[in-house]
Amino acid sequence: MSEKTQKRTQVADVDRSLYDFIYSEEGYERYDDGLTPDIVRAISAKKDEPEWMLNMRLAALETYHTKEMAPNWGPSIAGLDMDHISTYVSPKTKQAKSWDDVPDDIKNTFERLGIPEAERESLAGVGAQYDSEIVYHNMREEVSKEGVVYTTIEDALHDPQWEPVVRKYFGTLIPPADHKFAALHYAVWSGGSFVYVPEGVTVAYPLQSYFRLNAEGAGQFEHTLIIVEKGADLHFIEGCSAPKYYEANLHAGAVELFVKDGARLRYSTIENWSKNMYNLNTKRARVAADAKMEWVSGSFGSHVSYLYPTTILQGDRSSCEFTGITFAGATQDLDTGCKVILNGANTTASVDTKSISKDGGCNTFRSSVVIGRHAQNARASVSCQSLMLDDISRSDTIPAMDVRNATASVGHEATIGRISDDTVLYLMSRGCSEAEARTMVVGGFANPVSKELPLEYAVEMNNLIKLEMEGAIG
Amino acid sequence: MTPRTGGRKLCGADELVFYDITASFEERTIFTDILKKTAERVFIPLTVGGGINTLDDFARVLACGADITEDSADKRSLAGIFLSYQAPVEVPGVPLYSYLRTITQKRPELKMTARKFRARVGEIAEQLDMDSSFITRELNVGFSGGEKKKIEMLQLLLLQPKLAILDETDSGLDVDALSVVSRGIEAYRASCDGALLIITHNTRILERLSVDHTHVMVRGRLVAEGPGSLIDDIDAHGFEQFEVAAQAAGA
Repeated sequence: MSEKTQKRTQVADVDRSLYDFIYSEEGYERYDDGLTPDIVRAISAKKDEPEWMLNMRLAALETYHTKEMAPNWGPSIAGLDMDHISTYVSPKTKQAKSWDDVPDDIKNTFERLGIPEAERESLAGVGAQYDSEIVYHNMREEVSKEGVVYTTIEDALHDPQWEPVVRKYFGTLIPPADHKFAALHYAVWSGGSFVYVPEGVTVAYPLQSYFRLNAEGAGQFEHTLIIVEKGADLHFIEGCSAPKYYEANLHAGAVELFVKDGARLRYSTIENWSKNMYNLNTKRARVAADAKMEWVSGSFGSHVSYLYPTTILQGDRSSCEFTGITFAGATQDLDTGCKVILNGANTTASVDTKSISKDGGCNTFRSSVVIGRHAQNARASVSCQSLMLDDISRSDTIPAMDVRNATASVGHEATIGRISDDTVLYLMSRGCSEAEARTMVVGGFANPVSKELPLEYAVEMNNLIKLEMEGAIG
Repeated sequence: MTPRTGGRKLCGADELVFYDITASFEERTIFTDILKKTAERVFIPLTVGGGINTLDDFARVLACGADITEDSADKRSLAGIFLSYQAPVEVPGVPLYSYLRTITQKRPELKMTARKFRARVGEIAEQLDMDSSFITRELNVGFSGGEKKKIEMLQLLLLQPKLAILDETDSGLDVDALSVVSRGIEAYRASCDGALLIITHNTRILERLSVDHTHVMVRGRLVAEGPGSLIDDIDAHGFEQFEVAAQAAGA
């Protein structure tokens, strides 16, 4: 390890050997560490993008340079040195349609993460992101027969049928000026997913995309754009697992979700970032009349997270449910939560979050519910349960409610607790070790979230919890 | 009766020997009286305020017999001692079935296929008149007192311990639930060649059991002992006589 690398080691990591495997980056293309218009042009040229996209990138870069670095709230991101984060790493392979075409080292990584099995098991398509480029992308024929499009944004931009659609929606829900890292995202975005579900189509199987970071110092700026037309129904799963690195890593993706009249979108995420990651992701959904947005979110890993999936209930009678869990261990400061803006009449929002803190980890739950002037009879309920596993961890709950309509009904409840000795003793008296007993209780606490996930992901989340719990007992 | 001076083997209560007792109640060493006299199958009706207040007290005592005093609850459990709780703890989110599977798999001697395990659980549930939907629920969550006791019995029959200590398992049960629990206890006696230590305030649960030995404790002190027929005496004359005896003995 070079001296420079050592100097920038930010985080004392814990052993996560199961997920920590790094393959050589030989033959991979990477750009200079700094961020200049030339780099942005190079990214755009390599993708052979339409001019409007290049212009959008350059404008976003301007915005990025003018925005303040850090918010004056939340965990510190002072450890993030943007001048030394290489913003783009491209794998040496083109996108593969079949598993056999994927290079061995990349394949090994995915195999250890269980992707092929998951793909074989009833999942409709796989778009797995390795570094910043899609390397594996497959989709079941029956899904495309229905007219469902699942591809990369890059490919959609090269398709005359879909380029105007991308242009119409891209960057409209999360504008580049939203915050500094949104601006950064639009300047250097690469990879991600474009999903279009035509009117009335129900996608029978979940579509999934698996993102990974595998380049020291590289950021990840994937963009997800999903449009679910009237009366359509989609479940999209985003899963992330990153290997261990010594330099600060940045993730600043953007997820834009458009749910049209009477449609339903379920967006599930399992994030498992390495513990030096700065996860500054932005996710937003706009929900039309009678439509429903469902979020399921499991946030593991990362050094610092700022993550507040936002739902705008624009149409009358639209609704959203948010079910989430975060797990903060040693060296982690996770500021997560969600925002709901209820603009339509008779809209309903239900937020149910859980957090687990251990070994000095910090969890902050931040929620914002805004009920607009015209949101007659809007209803919102927010519930937050925190589990503290020791005396040195920290858990805060910061709910905000801004109600501008007198007919609205809002509720908030928060509980905080620890694992009771009686429970541990009970489980031990049946033969579980203390560590197993505690893990079982934590798994039970997380169960309402894992129940919402498809089996493979629920299993993965339970495994992550087990990994996080290992070594919890002195 | 062959007293044992040590060793980890528990082969039924006739080899259960208590020694080196340090548990105390109000700074008075308790159990000593019992231990001097007892190394047999035991049944100890307690009156409220008896010295054995917690399962821990019992665990310690019994651990002595097994010479595993210092061991943690899980090691005692794996050594074949089963403690049934008066108020089993609710563990939200933990599915009962997978919990049962986990604790069974902790015991190599109970190794069985998933199919066999399912059949075994079904069999016991039927024996205990448990609705099959029990199994899909979370461990003890939202169950009535009687249902929780059934789940305790289910675990007892599944784990086949060498020694089962039932701490007021009958408390708060209605007649029907009580009959189910005593059926569970009978099934345990029939199927597992183990010893039972039943702690109770009420002799009802014993009606259908053949009790080998009875001990009466008042405030931590053994005040009477006898064969199973002592229970009939208690039924006829109540506990008060023992209270008097305890006072006389300076308890």
